[in-house]
Amino acid sequence: MQHDLAGFRFWEFDRAAPWDIRWVGLDEHFLTSVLKERQYPVHTPHVCCMLQRDLVGAFTEHTSIARPHVSMITVQHISKRYGTHTALRDVTFHVDKGEILAFLGPNGAGKTTTMRILACAMPPSEGRATVAGFACLEQPVEVKRRLGYLPETPPLYQELTVDEYLTFAGRLKGLTSQRLASRKANVIDQVELGDVHHRVIGHLSRGYRQRVGLAQALIHDPPVLILDEPTVGLDPKQIIAIRTLIKSLATSHTIILSTHVLSEATAVCDRVVIIHQGRIVAEDTPEQLSARLRQSETMSLTVKQPTPDWQERLKMLPGVLNVFPGSTPHTCTIDCHLQQDLRDTLSQFVVSQGYGLLELKPLSLSLEDVFLQLTQQDETLGTDASDYPDPSSSSQPYQRERTSA
Amino acid sequence: MTPFHAMLAKELRCLGVSPVVYVVGAIFLFVSGLIAYLMVANAGQQAVRLLQIQNTYPPLNLNALVFRPLFYSLEFVLMFLLPVLTMRVLAEERKLLTFELLLTSPIGINEIISAKYMSVLLVYLGLLSLTGLTPLLLSFSSSFHWGGIATGYMALVLQGGLFLACGVLASAMTDNQVVAAFLSFGIILVTGLIGELGSVLGDTTIGHILSSISFREHYDRLVRGLVEARDVVYYLSGIVLMLFTAHRVVDAHRWQ
Repeated sequence: MQHDLAGFRFWEFDRAAPWDIRWVGLDEHFLTSVLKERQYPVHTPHVCCMLQRDLVGAFTEHTSIARPHVSMITVQHISKRYGTHTALRDVTFHVDKGEILAFLGPNGAGKTTTMRILACAMPPSEGRATVAGFACLEQPVEVKRRLGYLPETPPLYQELTVDEYLTFAGRLKGLTSQRLASRKANVIDQVELGDVHHRVIGHLSRGYRQRVGLAQALIHDPPVLILDEPTVGLDPKQIIAIRTLIKSLATSHTIILSTHVLSEATAVCDRVVIIHQGRIVAEDTPEQLSARLRQSETMSLTVKQPTPDWQERLKMLPGVLNVFPGSTPHTCTIDCHLQQDLRDTLSQFVVSQGYGLLELKPLSLSLEDVFLQLTQQDETLGTDASDYPDPSSSSQPYQRERTSA
Repeated sequence: MTPFHAMLAKELRCLGVSPVVYVVGAIFLFVSGLIAYLMVANAGQQAVRLLQIQNTYPPLNLNALVFRPLFYSLEFVLMFLLPVLTMRVLAEERKLLTFELLLTSPIGINEIISAKYMSVLLVYLGLLSLTGLTPLLLSFSSSFHWGGIATGYMALVLQGGLFLACGVLASAMTDNQVVAAFLSFGIILVTGLIGELGSVLGDTTIGHILSSISFREHYDRLVRGLVEARDVVYYLSGIVLMLFTAHRVVDAHRWQ
């Protein structure tokens, strides 16, 4: 159940899973302090009912701490089965207003299925999805009015010109003639189609077609955009232009984009959802994801005048787990205990020994590493559906991690 | 302009640049002109024969000699040509994945289907109106009953409307245009042959039911100039049934 109270949107969560506090836009520490302050037992089944009422008070007292979150897209426990094949298993996530969410996953992970369900092109087997407060299953027309969807293959009519096509798309989405003219000029300008707008789509190159598809999704200026691999087939310059466009749209739009280009997710998105074999395996900001999956802190150290035993001596330092030689004798990689910043100790040691400190920097996991780690980790668990008797329990570790990050 | 009108306008635009429409149109007009010419030539020969026997100009019934056989022949022509006209309407959208755009736009499936049906119906009516030249030209040199022509055209409009609805249904069932064409041809042919089976069974209950399911009997009555409510109701309900089934088929595909 969703409630609008005091201008904030609350969720009545019947299961007091710690990560559910994301829905009300509070961090865990704040929640715990409220609970302690009001003398509630933490994590009892009834805590939520009490929370709802008291959180309003807490919000008004601590408005500087609380960030109001309005979820534009919510997906709750969605599953999709095609006959015996299960494409999505109990997928739950949300996207806040003005946020860009990246959907990452290998081919066939269920990205497109999720997007099609949100775009009302396909109903889910189970679960509920809402866009801008309207349910996809019960109020599809209202959802479709507020949503721009770019499928994996842009839905283009080869025999129409770009102008005719955009006119058709605009009218299909219920624009009036006056508004259509201004919107058309606007999107043609936004996606840089000015020099081809009178040409037949069938004669356009792939990059242009992709942009016409994007223009179609933008034509009615929807508050929510769902873009399935928007930069596929574009040249590097166009990719940058489209990314800039997506970023500029984010202020007034809520965007979900799927991609398998990980750098794109890092460059454009606020949050990343990694989906694998139909389940969400991780959900966080790109930085938090890589931080969370690190087993240890890794640092790279470069010195000017190393002694033959300098790496052995580094190993002796408290907190250092291991030292690996680098590409040259002057560099090495140091593994330290997690959440222990050894930069200060290391630099002092290097300086005191007279090695001559040139560079000391922490190394973080790239999104590629995170992605591979998560998807491979999952594969070792097994791929058969029978291995997951209860999908919610199998995704529990990640949910727990989510709050700790 | 509502989404329905936008859809209809787009369909007509696409049909307007489609070579299929021009090929179907050219064949239809050429064949109907040729059949009309053969019928008129045949009527002329009969007139000459009668003239030789009776030595006077006999009164010729052009409705029976020219138009009725023309309408019967055109039924067969439509049976082959209309599936070609309708094969692309939904199958192509599915094949080229443009159906995603329609499914994710605020337009209902019923509006999509009815706009698609309306577009092919308009093209068909346009072609049919061009065949009106035959009675128009004949009316300058001879006289006949316009009433018979009117019911004949009414029969052609209803029959064509039913064939087009069958075609839309077939096109909804597959994403292959050739399969769609053969499927609609099959549906039409089987519905026609059911009538033959009904007449073989004769005056039995099953025979009557089969004859009424088939369009044969209904078309025959209309071409002979008998306008009865049950025939018109047959065609209209047949068209609605086909389009409704197409709607269900499209809706069912969304789940897959």
